[in-house]
Amino acid sequence: MDLFLDGFAWIFDPAHLNGPGGVWVRIAEQLSYTFGAVAIAAVIAIPLGLWIGHTGRGRDVAVLTSGGLRALPSLGLLIIFALAIGIGFKAPLLAFVILAIPSLLSGAYAGVEAVDKRTVDAARAQGMTEWQVLTKVELPLGLPLLIGGIRSGVLQVVATATLAYFASGGALGVFINDGLKTRNYAELIGASLIVTVLALVLEGIFALLQRLFVPRGVTAGRVSEVRSRSVRPRAVVGNPIQEGK
Amino acid sequence: MIEFRTVTKQFPDGTIAVDALDLVIPARQTTVLVGSSGSGKTTILRMINRMVEKTSGAIEIDGEDIYGLNPVKLRRSIGYVMQNSGLLPHRKVIDNVTTVPVLNGVKKAEARAAALTLLDTVGLDRSLAERYPSQLSGGQQQRVGVARGLAADPNILLMDEPFGAVDPIVRAELQQELVRIQRDLGKTIVFVTHDIDEAFLLGDQVVLLEKGGRVAQAGTPAEILSKPANDFVASFIGADRGRRALRVEVVHGRNVVVDEDGRPTGVLQS
Ligand SMILES: Nc1ncnc2c1ncn2[C@@H]1O[C@H](COP(=O)(O)OP(=O)(O)OP(=O)(O)O)[C@@H](O)[C@H]1O
Ligand SMILES: [Mg+2]
Repeated sequence: MDLFLDGFAWIFDPAHLNGPGGVWVRIAEQLSYTFGAVAIAAVIAIPLGLWIGHTGRGRDVAVLTSGGLRALPSLGLLIIFALAIGIGFKAPLLAFVILAIPSLLSGAYAGVEAVDKRTVDAARAQGMTEWQVLTKVELPLGLPLLIGGIRSGVLQVVATATLAYFASGGALGVFINDGLKTRNYAELIGASLIVTVLALVLEGIFALLQRLFVPRGVTAGRVSEVRSRSVRPRAVVGNPIQEGK
Repeated sequence: MIEFRTVTKQFPDGTIAVDALDLVIPARQTTVLVGSSGSGKTTILRMINRMVEKTSGAIEIDGEDIYGLNPVKLRRSIGYVMQNSGLLPHRKVIDNVTTVPVLNGVKKAEARAAALTLLDTVGLDRSLAERYPSQLSGGQQQRVGVARGLAADPNILLMDEPFGAVDPIVRAELQQELVRIQRDLGKTIVFVTHDIDEAFLLGDQVVLLEKGGRVAQAGTPAEILSKPANDFVASFIGADRGRRALRVEVVHGRNVVVDEDGRPTGVLQS
Protein backbone atom coordinates (compact mmCIF):
# COMPACT_ATOMS: atom_id res chain seq x y z
CA MET A 1 0.00 0.00 0.00
CA ASP A 2 2.82 2.32 0.84
CA LEU A 3 4.20 1.86 -2.61
CA PHE A 4 0.90 3.01 -4.11
CA LEU A 5 0.85 6.04 -1.88
CA ASP A 6 4.40 6.77 -2.90
CA GLY A 7 3.32 6.42 -6.49
CA PHE A 8 0.49 8.90 -6.01
CA ALA A 9 2.77 11.26 -4.16
CA TRP A 10 5.22 11.05 -7.03
CA ILE A 11 2.55 11.84 -9.60
CA PHE A 12 1.29 14.91 -7.82
CA ASP A 13 4.69 16.20 -6.86
CA PRO A 14 4.85 19.55 -8.65
CA ALA A 15 8.47 18.84 -9.43
CA HIS A 16 7.43 16.06 -11.82
CA LEU A 17 4.08 17.34 -12.85
CA ASN A 18 4.86 20.40 -14.93
CA GLY A 19 7.49 21.65 -17.27
CA PRO A 20 9.09 19.93 -20.23
CA GLY A 21 9.46 16.22 -19.60
CA GLY A 22 6.88 16.47 -16.80
CA VAL A 23 3.93 14.16 -16.23
CA TRP A 24 1.51 16.31 -18.21
CA VAL A 25 3.75 16.39 -21.22
CA ARG A 26 4.29 12.65 -21.12
CA ILE A 27 0.56 12.03 -20.81
CA ALA A 28 0.02 14.27 -23.79
CA GLU A 29 2.62 12.29 -25.71
CA GLN A 30 1.05 8.99 -24.72
CA LEU A 31 -2.36 10.21 -25.90
CA SER A 32 -0.93 11.71 -29.07
CA TYR A 33 0.51 8.35 -30.00
CA THR A 34 -2.77 6.68 -29.19
CA PHE A 35 -5.05 8.95 -31.15
CA GLY A 36 -2.51 9.69 -33.86
CA ALA A 37 -1.86 6.02 -34.55
CA VAL A 38 -5.53 5.07 -34.37
CA ALA A 39 -6.51 7.95 -36.64
CA ILE A 40 -3.97 6.99 -39.26
CA ALA A 41 -4.92 3.33 -38.93
CA ALA A 42 -8.58 4.30 -39.27
CA VAL A 43 -7.99 6.14 -42.51
CA ILE A 44 -6.40 3.01 -43.94
CA ALA A 45 -8.34 0.21 -42.29
CA ILE A 46 -11.91 1.45 -42.04
CA PRO A 47 -12.56 2.14 -45.73
CA LEU A 48 -10.81 -1.12 -46.55
CA GLY A 49 -12.82 -3.01 -43.94
CA LEU A 50 -16.10 -1.50 -45.14
CA TRP A 51 -15.27 -2.43 -48.70
CA ILE A 52 -14.41 -5.99 -47.70
CA GLY A 53 -17.58 -6.30 -45.65
CA HIS A 54 -19.73 -4.83 -48.39
CA THR A 55 -18.37 -6.82 -51.29
CA GLY A 56 -17.32 -9.95 -49.41
CA ARG A 57 -14.17 -9.78 -51.48
CA GLY A 58 -10.68 -10.01 -50.04
CA ARG A 59 -11.97 -11.29 -46.74
CA ASP A 60 -9.55 -14.20 -46.54
CA VAL A 61 -6.64 -11.96 -47.36
CA ALA A 62 -7.76 -9.52 -44.68
CA VAL A 63 -8.09 -12.23 -42.05
CA LEU A 64 -4.66 -13.59 -42.89
CA THR A 65 -2.98 -10.20 -42.96
CA SER A 66 -4.66 -9.13 -39.73
CA GLY A 67 -3.53 -12.32 -38.08
CA GLY A 68 -0.03 -11.78 -39.38
CA LEU A 69 0.09 -8.19 -38.21
CA ARG A 70 -1.24 -9.15 -34.81
CA ALA A 71 1.55 -11.68 -34.44
CA LEU A 72 4.26 -9.07 -34.99
CA PRO A 73 5.81 -8.03 -31.68
CA SER A 74 5.45 -4.29 -31.34
CA LEU A 75 8.81 -3.86 -29.67
CA GLY A 76 10.64 -5.61 -32.48
CA LEU A 77 8.78 -3.55 -35.03
CA LEU A 78 9.55 -0.35 -33.19
CA ILE A 79 13.25 -1.08 -33.09
CA ILE A 80 13.36 -2.03 -36.74
CA PHE A 81 11.59 1.19 -37.68
CA ALA A 82 13.90 3.19 -35.41
CA LEU A 83 16.88 1.66 -37.14
CA ALA A 84 15.37 2.29 -40.53
CA ILE A 85 14.05 5.83 -40.17
CA GLY A 86 15.91 7.07 -37.12
CA ILE A 87 14.82 7.73 -33.58
CA GLY A 88 12.12 10.19 -32.67
CA PHE A 89 8.34 10.01 -32.72
CA LYS A 90 7.92 8.65 -36.25
CA ALA A 91 9.20 5.14 -35.68
CA PRO A 92 6.96 4.44 -32.67
CA LEU A 93 4.00 6.04 -34.41
CA LEU A 94 4.45 3.76 -37.38
CA ALA A 95 4.72 0.72 -35.15
CA PHE A 96 1.53 1.70 -33.32
CA VAL A 97 -0.32 2.26 -36.57
CA ILE A 98 0.48 -1.31 -37.50
CA LEU A 99 -0.58 -2.43 -34.06
CA ALA A 100 -3.97 -0.75 -34.43
CA ILE A 101 -4.79 -1.80 -37.98
CA PRO A 102 -5.99 -5.37 -37.36
CA SER A 103 -8.56 -4.36 -34.74
CA LEU A 104 -9.93 -1.55 -36.84
CA LEU A 105 -10.01 -3.62 -39.99
CA SER A 106 -11.83 -6.53 -38.42
CA GLY A 107 -14.19 -4.20 -36.56
CA ALA A 108 -15.16 -2.56 -39.83
CA TYR A 109 -15.74 -5.67 -41.85
CA ALA A 110 -17.30 -7.62 -39.02
CA GLY A 111 -19.70 -4.73 -38.50
CA VAL A 112 -20.84 -4.77 -42.09
CA GLU A 113 -20.94 -8.54 -42.27
CA ALA A 114 -23.07 -8.78 -39.17
CA VAL A 115 -25.91 -6.85 -40.79
CA ASP A 116 -28.80 -9.14 -41.68
CA LYS A 117 -28.38 -10.12 -45.34
CA ARG A 118 -32.12 -9.88 -45.88
CA THR A 119 -32.13 -6.27 -44.73
CA VAL A 120 -29.36 -5.46 -47.18
CA ASP A 121 -31.12 -7.35 -49.93
CA ALA A 122 -34.34 -5.49 -49.29
CA ALA A 123 -32.55 -2.14 -49.35
CA ARG A 124 -30.99 -2.98 -52.69
CA ALA A 125 -34.30 -4.24 -54.05
CA GLN A 126 -35.90 -0.90 -53.15
CA GLY A 127 -33.44 0.75 -55.48
CA MET A 128 -30.58 1.88 -53.28
CA THR A 129 -27.24 2.22 -55.02
CA GLU A 130 -24.34 0.23 -53.59
CA TRP A 131 -23.05 3.41 -51.96
CA GLN A 132 -26.44 4.05 -50.37
CA VAL A 133 -26.65 0.46 -49.16
CA LEU A 134 -23.26 0.93 -47.51
CA THR A 135 -23.80 4.36 -45.99
CA LYS A 136 -27.50 4.20 -45.13
CA VAL A 137 -27.82 0.58 -44.07
CA GLU A 138 -24.60 -1.30 -43.46
CA LEU A 139 -22.66 1.49 -41.80
CA PRO A 140 -25.29 2.62 -39.28
CA LEU A 141 -26.20 -0.96 -38.40
CA GLY A 142 -22.56 -2.05 -38.22
CA LEU A 143 -21.44 0.99 -36.24
CA PRO A 144 -21.36 -0.64 -32.79
CA LEU A 145 -18.93 -3.31 -33.99
CA LEU A 146 -16.89 -0.76 -35.92
CA ILE A 147 -16.56 1.36 -32.79
CA GLY A 148 -15.68 -1.81 -30.90
CA GLY A 149 -12.76 -2.21 -33.29
CA ILE A 150 -11.64 1.36 -32.64
CA ARG A 151 -12.03 0.73 -28.95
CA SER A 152 -9.72 -2.26 -28.90
CA GLY A 153 -7.25 -0.46 -31.17
CA VAL A 154 -7.15 2.49 -28.78
CA LEU A 155 -6.67 0.26 -25.77
CA GLN A 156 -3.86 -1.66 -27.40
CA VAL A 157 -2.01 1.46 -28.42
CA VAL A 158 -2.49 3.33 -25.15
CA ALA A 159 -0.96 0.41 -23.28
CA THR A 160 1.79 -0.22 -25.80
CA ALA A 161 2.76 3.43 -26.27
CA THR A 162 4.93 3.09 -23.16
CA LEU A 163 7.41 1.37 -25.49
CA ALA A 164 8.00 4.59 -27.42
CA TYR A 165 10.95 5.51 -25.22
CA PHE A 166 12.92 2.63 -26.77
CA ALA A 167 13.08 4.79 -29.87
CA SER A 168 13.47 7.88 -27.69
CA GLY A 169 9.95 8.84 -28.57
CA GLY A 170 9.02 10.03 -25.10
CA ALA A 171 5.64 9.21 -23.51
CA LEU A 172 5.09 7.61 -20.12
CA GLY A 173 7.53 4.80 -20.77
CA VAL A 174 10.29 7.29 -20.03
CA PHE A 175 9.32 7.31 -16.34
CA ILE A 176 8.97 3.55 -16.19
CA ASN A 177 12.36 3.06 -17.73
CA ASP A 178 13.90 5.68 -15.48
CA GLY A 179 12.20 4.26 -12.41
CA LEU A 180 13.53 0.80 -13.18
CA LYS A 181 17.02 2.00 -13.84
CA THR A 182 17.29 4.16 -10.74
CA ARG A 183 15.21 1.82 -8.59
CA ASN A 184 12.80 4.68 -8.00
CA TYR A 185 9.74 2.57 -7.35
CA ALA A 186 7.54 5.56 -6.64
CA GLU A 187 8.21 6.81 -10.13
CA LEU A 188 7.73 3.36 -11.63
CA ILE A 189 4.43 2.83 -9.90
CA GLY A 190 3.27 6.38 -10.45
CA ALA A 191 3.79 6.10 -14.19
CA SER A 192 2.18 2.66 -14.32
CA LEU A 193 -0.81 4.01 -12.44
CA ILE A 194 -1.20 6.80 -14.96
CA VAL A 195 -1.13 4.35 -17.87
CA THR A 196 -3.70 2.17 -16.15
CA VAL A 197 -5.98 5.09 -15.43
CA LEU A 198 -5.67 6.34 -19.02
CA ALA A 199 -6.61 2.89 -20.31
CA LEU A 200 -9.59 2.63 -17.98
CA VAL A 201 -10.86 6.09 -18.82
CA LEU A 202 -10.58 5.44 -22.55
CA GLU A 203 -12.25 2.08 -22.11
CA GLY A 204 -15.10 3.76 -20.29
CA ILE A 205 -15.51 6.44 -22.92
CA PHE A 206 -15.57 3.94 -25.75
CA ALA A 207 -17.92 1.58 -23.96
CA LEU A 208 -20.27 4.52 -23.67
CA LEU A 209 -19.80 5.53 -27.30
CA GLN A 210 -20.47 1.99 -28.42
CA ARG A 211 -23.77 2.01 -26.58
CA LEU A 212 -24.64 5.44 -27.85
CA PHE A 213 -24.18 4.36 -31.44
CA VAL A 214 -26.44 1.35 -31.35
CA PRO A 215 -29.13 2.56 -33.75
CA ARG A 216 -32.35 3.58 -32.03
CA GLY A 217 -34.63 1.05 -33.67
CA VAL A 218 -32.31 -1.78 -32.83
CA THR A 219 -32.52 -1.06 -29.12
CA ALA A 220 -36.16 -0.05 -29.23
CA GLY A 221 -37.54 -3.56 -29.53
CA ARG A 222 -35.11 -5.17 -27.15
CA VAL A 223 -36.64 -7.86 -25.04
CA SER A 224 -35.39 -6.39 -21.79
CA GLU A 225 -37.25 -3.21 -22.49
CA VAL A 226 -40.50 -5.00 -23.15
CA ARG A 227 -40.04 -7.08 -20.07
CA SER A 228 -39.53 -4.17 -17.77
CA ARG A 229 -43.02 -2.99 -18.67
CA SER A 230 -44.62 -6.34 -18.15
CA VAL A 231 -45.93 -7.31 -14.76
CA ARG A 232 -46.09 -11.03 -15.32
CA PRO A 233 -43.22 -12.93 -16.84
CA ARG A 234 -43.81 -14.32 -20.29
CA ALA A 235 -41.90 -15.91 -23.10
CA VAL A 236 -40.97 -13.59 -25.91
CA VAL A 237 -40.34 -15.15 -29.27
CA GLY A 238 -39.50 -13.26 -32.42
CA ASN A 239 -40.32 -9.61 -32.54
CA PRO A 240 -41.89 -8.51 -29.33
CA ILE A 241 -44.69 -6.03 -29.42
CA GLN A 242 -43.96 -3.03 -27.33
CA GLU A 243 -46.83 -2.28 -25.08
CA GLY A 244 -48.07 1.05 -23.90
CA LYS A 245 -47.65 4.49 -25.45
CA MET B 1 -47.30 -6.13 -69.26
CA ILE B 2 -44.25 -8.16 -68.32
CA GLU B 3 -42.97 -10.68 -70.81
CA PHE B 4 -40.47 -13.49 -70.38
CA ARG B 5 -39.10 -14.84 -73.63
CA THR B 6 -37.23 -18.12 -73.32
CA VAL B 7 -35.58 -16.92 -70.12
CA THR B 8 -33.09 -19.19 -68.44
CA LYS B 9 -31.36 -18.68 -65.14
CA GLN B 10 -28.41 -20.82 -64.21
CA PHE B 11 -26.72 -20.00 -60.90
CA PRO B 12 -22.93 -20.04 -60.70
CA ASP B 13 -23.05 -23.42 -58.94
CA GLY B 14 -24.73 -24.92 -62.00
CA THR B 15 -28.31 -25.06 -60.71
CA ILE B 16 -30.74 -24.27 -63.48
CA ALA B 17 -33.45 -22.57 -61.49
CA VAL B 18 -35.47 -21.38 -64.47
CA ASP B 19 -35.32 -23.24 -67.76
CA ALA B 20 -36.44 -21.51 -70.96
CA LEU B 21 -39.43 -19.77 -69.42
CA ASP B 22 -42.03 -18.18 -71.67
CA LEU B 23 -44.56 -16.19 -69.72
CA VAL B 24 -46.77 -13.18 -70.20
CA ILE B 25 -47.88 -11.28 -67.12
CA PRO B 26 -50.78 -9.01 -68.04
CA ALA B 27 -50.94 -5.42 -66.86
CA ARG B 28 -53.21 -4.22 -64.05
CA GLN B 29 -54.00 -7.71 -62.89
CA THR B 30 -52.75 -10.01 -60.20
CA THR B 31 -50.68 -12.92 -61.44
CA VAL B 32 -49.85 -15.51 -58.84
CA LEU B 33 -46.86 -17.79 -59.27
CA VAL B 34 -47.48 -20.93 -57.29
CA GLY B 35 -45.45 -24.10 -56.96
CA SER B 36 -43.61 -26.17 -54.45
CA SER B 37 -40.40 -25.15 -52.77
CA GLY B 38 -37.48 -24.78 -55.15
CA SER B 39 -39.62 -24.54 -58.27
CA GLY B 40 -38.07 -21.19 -59.15
CA LYS B 41 -40.79 -18.74 -58.10
CA THR B 42 -38.50 -16.35 -56.28
CA THR B 43 -35.94 -16.52 -59.05
CA ILE B 44 -38.55 -15.59 -61.66
CA LEU B 45 -39.84 -12.75 -59.50
CA ARG B 46 -36.40 -11.34 -58.81
CA MET B 47 -35.47 -11.41 -62.46
CA ILE B 48 -38.15 -8.77 -63.03
CA ASN B 49 -36.30 -6.18 -60.92
CA ARG B 50 -32.91 -7.60 -61.81
CA MET B 51 -32.12 -8.65 -58.28
CA VAL B 52 -31.30 -11.87 -60.14
CA GLU B 53 -29.65 -11.49 -63.53
CA LYS B 54 -30.98 -13.75 -66.26
CA THR B 55 -28.54 -16.06 -68.03
CA SER B 56 -30.25 -15.93 -71.40
CA GLY B 57 -33.50 -14.89 -73.08
CA ALA B 58 -35.26 -11.55 -72.89
CA ILE B 59 -37.40 -9.86 -70.26
CA GLU B 60 -39.54 -6.92 -71.30
CA ILE B 61 -41.77 -4.51 -69.46
CA ASP B 62 -44.31 -2.88 -71.76
CA GLY B 63 -42.20 -3.89 -74.72
CA GLU B 64 -38.99 -2.44 -73.30
CA ASP B 65 -36.04 -4.71 -72.61
CA ILE B 66 -35.22 -4.27 -68.92
CA TYR B 67 -31.57 -4.90 -69.68
CA GLY B 68 -31.51 -1.59 -71.46
CA LEU B 69 -32.43 0.14 -68.19
CA ASN B 70 -30.34 1.12 -65.21
CA PRO B 71 -31.04 -1.52 -62.53
CA VAL B 72 -31.27 1.05 -59.73
CA LYS B 73 -33.82 3.09 -61.67
CA LEU B 74 -35.69 -0.05 -62.63
CA ARG B 75 -35.93 -1.13 -58.98
CA ARG B 76 -37.16 2.27 -57.86
CA SER B 77 -40.00 1.96 -60.35
CA ILE B 78 -41.06 -1.46 -59.07
CA GLY B 79 -42.46 -2.17 -55.62
CA TYR B 80 -41.04 -5.14 -53.81
CA VAL B 81 -42.52 -6.83 -50.75
CA MET B 82 -40.93 -9.84 -49.15
CA GLN B 83 -41.77 -12.41 -46.53
CA ASN B 84 -39.81 -11.02 -43.61
CA SER B 85 -40.87 -7.47 -44.49
CA GLY B 86 -37.21 -6.49 -44.97
CA LEU B 87 -37.78 -3.19 -43.23
CA LEU B 88 -34.75 -1.19 -42.18
CA PRO B 89 -34.58 -1.79 -38.42
CA HIS B 90 -32.92 1.54 -37.67
CA ARG B 91 -35.56 3.62 -39.39
CA LYS B 92 -39.00 4.48 -38.13
CA VAL B 93 -42.03 3.12 -39.93
CA ILE B 94 -42.63 6.43 -41.68
CA ASP B 95 -39.02 6.66 -42.85
CA ASN B 96 -39.15 3.12 -44.13
CA VAL B 97 -42.20 3.96 -46.19
CA THR B 98 -40.66 7.13 -47.60
CA THR B 99 -37.36 5.45 -48.53
CA VAL B 100 -37.92 5.21 -52.26
CA PRO B 101 -39.71 8.54 -52.82
CA VAL B 102 -36.90 10.27 -50.93
CA LEU B 103 -34.31 8.44 -53.02
CA ASN B 104 -36.23 9.68 -56.03
CA GLY B 105 -35.86 13.26 -54.81
CA VAL B 106 -39.34 13.88 -53.41
CA LYS B 107 -39.26 16.44 -50.60
CA LYS B 108 -39.29 14.88 -47.17
CA ALA B 109 -42.39 16.64 -45.90
CA GLU B 110 -44.29 15.76 -49.06
CA ALA B 111 -43.17 12.14 -48.90
CA ARG B 112 -44.20 11.92 -45.25
CA ALA B 113 -47.65 13.27 -45.91
CA ALA B 114 -48.10 10.74 -48.71
CA ALA B 115 -46.79 7.98 -46.47
CA LEU B 116 -49.37 8.72 -43.80
CA THR B 117 -52.11 8.33 -46.39
CA LEU B 118 -50.54 5.04 -47.42
CA LEU B 119 -50.65 3.82 -43.83
CA ASP B 120 -54.41 4.37 -44.01
CA THR B 121 -54.52 2.48 -47.28
CA VAL B 122 -52.86 -0.58 -45.80
CA GLY B 123 -54.97 -0.38 -42.67
CA LEU B 124 -52.36 0.81 -40.20
CA ASP B 125 -53.03 3.35 -37.52
CA ARG B 126 -51.12 6.58 -38.11
CA SER B 127 -49.91 6.50 -34.53
CA LEU B 128 -47.56 3.67 -35.54
CA ALA B 129 -45.67 5.95 -37.92
CA GLU B 130 -43.10 6.94 -35.31
CA ARG B 131 -42.39 3.39 -34.16
CA TYR B 132 -39.50 1.25 -35.17
CA PRO B 133 -40.16 -2.00 -37.02
CA SER B 134 -39.11 -4.05 -34.00
CA GLN B 135 -41.97 -2.48 -32.09
CA LEU B 136 -44.58 -3.88 -34.47
CA SER B 137 -46.23 -7.27 -34.76
CA GLY B 138 -45.40 -9.46 -37.74
CA GLY B 139 -48.68 -8.59 -39.43
CA GLN B 140 -48.15 -4.87 -38.90
CA GLN B 141 -44.64 -5.17 -40.31
CA GLN B 142 -46.03 -6.79 -43.44
CA ARG B 143 -48.50 -3.96 -43.85
CA VAL B 144 -45.64 -1.49 -43.61
CA GLY B 145 -43.83 -3.58 -46.21
CA VAL B 146 -46.82 -3.27 -48.54
CA ALA B 147 -47.03 0.48 -47.90
CA ARG B 148 -43.36 0.82 -48.71
CA GLY B 149 -43.83 -1.18 -51.88
CA LEU B 150 -46.58 1.20 -52.95
CA ALA B 151 -44.86 4.41 -51.85
CA ALA B 152 -43.34 5.42 -55.17
CA ASP B 153 -46.66 4.63 -56.88
CA PRO B 154 -45.11 1.93 -59.06
CA ASN B 155 -47.02 0.26 -61.86
CA ILE B 156 -45.63 -3.08 -60.82
CA LEU B 157 -45.66 -4.65 -57.40
CA LEU B 158 -43.65 -7.81 -56.74
CA MET B 159 -44.67 -9.78 -53.68
CA ASP B 160 -42.70 -12.81 -52.51
CA GLU B 161 -44.73 -14.82 -50.01
CA PRO B 162 -45.58 -11.59 -48.23
CA PHE B 163 -48.02 -13.29 -45.88
CA GLY B 164 -46.09 -16.50 -45.41
CA ALA B 165 -44.84 -15.79 -41.92
CA VAL B 166 -47.98 -14.59 -40.16
CA ASP B 167 -50.65 -16.68 -38.47
CA PRO B 168 -53.66 -17.83 -40.50
CA ILE B 169 -56.07 -15.28 -39.08
CA VAL B 170 -53.79 -12.34 -39.78
CA ARG B 171 -52.99 -13.84 -43.17
CA ALA B 172 -56.67 -13.94 -44.10
CA GLU B 173 -56.98 -10.30 -43.02
CA LEU B 174 -53.98 -9.26 -45.09
CA GLN B 175 -55.27 -11.14 -48.11
CA GLN B 176 -58.61 -9.35 -47.93
CA GLU B 177 -56.77 -6.07 -47.55
CA LEU B 178 -54.73 -6.77 -50.65
CA VAL B 179 -57.84 -7.66 -52.65
CA ARG B 180 -59.35 -4.33 -51.62
CA ILE B 181 -56.19 -2.35 -52.37
CA GLN B 182 -55.89 -3.97 -55.76
CA ARG B 183 -59.51 -3.16 -56.55
CA ASP B 184 -58.73 0.50 -55.87
CA LEU B 185 -55.28 0.76 -57.40
CA GLY B 186 -55.22 -1.77 -60.24
CA LYS B 187 -51.48 -2.48 -60.13
CA THR B 188 -49.68 -5.16 -62.06
CA ILE B 189 -49.06 -7.50 -59.17
CA VAL B 190 -46.84 -10.54 -59.35
CA PHE B 191 -47.44 -12.58 -56.26
CA VAL B 192 -45.48 -15.65 -55.19
CA THR B 193 -46.89 -18.26 -52.86
CA HIS B 194 -46.92 -21.99 -52.36
CA ASP B 195 -50.41 -21.86 -50.94
CA ILE B 196 -52.84 -22.80 -53.70
CA ASP B 197 -55.82 -21.39 -51.79
CA GLU B 198 -54.06 -18.05 -51.57
CA ALA B 199 -53.31 -18.28 -55.29
CA PHE B 200 -56.95 -18.88 -56.19
CA LEU B 201 -58.11 -16.17 -53.84
CA LEU B 202 -55.81 -13.43 -55.14
CA GLY B 203 -54.98 -14.39 -58.69
CA ASP B 204 -56.66 -13.13 -61.82
CA GLN B 205 -54.15 -15.40 -63.45
CA VAL B 206 -52.52 -18.32 -61.70
CA VAL B 207 -49.29 -19.82 -62.98
CA LEU B 208 -48.48 -23.28 -61.66
CA LEU B 209 -44.79 -24.00 -61.73
CA GLU B 210 -42.89 -27.23 -61.69
CA LYS B 211 -39.22 -27.65 -60.92
CA GLY B 212 -37.00 -25.51 -63.15
CA GLY B 213 -39.64 -22.83 -63.45
CA ARG B 214 -41.54 -24.88 -66.02
CA VAL B 215 -45.11 -23.73 -66.43
CA ALA B 216 -47.39 -26.66 -65.73
CA GLN B 217 -50.48 -24.58 -66.37
CA ALA B 218 -51.42 -20.93 -66.54
CA GLY B 219 -54.95 -19.62 -66.50
CA THR B 220 -57.71 -18.20 -64.38
CA PRO B 221 -58.52 -20.11 -61.20
CA ALA B 222 -61.74 -21.32 -62.81
CA GLU B 223 -59.91 -22.65 -65.85
CA ILE B 224 -57.38 -24.46 -63.74
CA LEU B 225 -60.02 -25.94 -61.46
CA SER B 226 -62.25 -27.01 -64.30
CA LYS B 227 -59.56 -28.36 -66.55
CA PRO B 228 -56.32 -29.29 -64.79
CA ALA B 229 -53.73 -29.73 -67.54
CA ASN B 230 -52.17 -32.84 -66.05
CA ASP B 231 -51.89 -35.03 -62.98
CA PHE B 232 -49.33 -32.73 -61.38
CA VAL B 233 -51.73 -29.82 -61.55
CA ALA B 234 -54.66 -31.91 -60.41
CA SER B 235 -52.82 -33.15 -57.37
CA PHE B 236 -51.28 -29.76 -56.60
CA ILE B 237 -54.65 -28.02 -56.52
CA GLY B 238 -56.18 -30.97 -54.74
CA ALA B 239 -58.93 -31.24 -57.36
CA ASP B 240 -59.88 -34.68 -56.18
CA ARG B 241 -59.86 -34.00 -52.45
CA GLY B 242 -61.69 -32.31 -49.63
CA ARG B 243 -63.53 -29.12 -50.36
CA ARG B 244 -62.52 -29.04 -54.00
CA ALA B 245 -64.28 -32.33 -54.74
CA LEU B 246 -67.81 -31.10 -54.20
CA ARG B 247 -70.90 -33.08 -55.05
CA VAL B 248 -74.55 -32.21 -55.10
CA GLU B 249 -77.04 -34.22 -53.06
CA VAL B 250 -80.74 -33.61 -53.21
CA VAL B 251 -82.24 -33.06 -49.79
CA HIS B 252 -85.90 -32.14 -49.41
CA GLY B 253 -85.98 -31.26 -53.05
CA ARG B 254 -83.05 -28.82 -52.84
CA ASN B 255 -79.52 -29.16 -54.19
CA VAL B 256 -77.16 -29.34 -51.23
CA VAL B 257 -73.45 -29.14 -51.97
CA VAL B 258 -71.37 -31.59 -49.98
CA ASP B 259 -67.64 -32.14 -49.84
CA GLU B 260 -65.61 -35.32 -50.26
CA ASP B 261 -66.70 -36.61 -46.86
CA GLY B 262 -70.33 -35.79 -47.48
CA ARG B 263 -70.31 -32.75 -45.19
CA PRO B 264 -72.69 -30.09 -46.42
CA THR B 265 -71.06 -26.79 -47.34
CA GLY B 266 -74.00 -24.93 -48.83
CA VAL B 267 -77.08 -24.94 -50.99
CA LEU B 268 -77.08 -24.33 -54.75
CA GLN B 269 -79.19 -21.33 -55.68
CA SER B 270 -81.16 -22.09 -58.80
N1 LIG C 1 -28.16 -17.95 -55.16
C1 LIG C 1 -28.40 -19.22 -55.55
N2 LIG C 1 -27.38 -20.03 -55.89
C2 LIG C 1 -27.60 -21.30 -56.28
N3 LIG C 1 -28.81 -21.86 -56.39
C3 LIG C 1 -29.87 -21.10 -56.07
C4 LIG C 1 -29.73 -19.74 -55.63
N4 LIG C 1 -30.95 -19.24 -55.37
C5 LIG C 1 -31.82 -20.24 -55.64
N5 LIG C 1 -31.18 -21.35 -56.06
C6 LIG C 1 -31.80 -22.61 -56.49
O1 LIG C 1 -32.70 -22.36 -57.53
C7 LIG C 1 -33.87 -23.13 -57.37
C8 LIG C 1 -35.07 -22.23 -57.34
O2 LIG C 1 -35.00 -21.42 -56.18
P1 LIG C 1 -36.11 -20.38 -55.81
O3 LIG C 1 -35.64 -19.65 -54.61
O4 LIG C 1 -36.46 -19.59 -57.00
O5 LIG C 1 -37.32 -21.32 -55.41
P2 LIG C 1 -38.75 -20.94 -54.84
O6 LIG C 1 -39.75 -21.52 -55.78
O7 LIG C 1 -38.84 -19.51 -54.56
O8 LIG C 1 -38.78 -21.79 -53.49
P3 LIG C 1 -39.44 -21.43 -52.09
O9 LIG C 1 -40.89 -21.72 -52.18
O10 LIG C 1 -38.77 -22.38 -51.16
O11 LIG C 1 -39.13 -20.00 -51.77
C9 LIG C 1 -33.67 -23.96 -56.13
O12 LIG C 1 -33.22 -25.23 -56.52
C10 LIG C 1 -32.61 -23.22 -55.38
O13 LIG C 1 -31.84 -24.12 -54.62
MG1 LIG D 1 -39.01 -18.33 -52.75
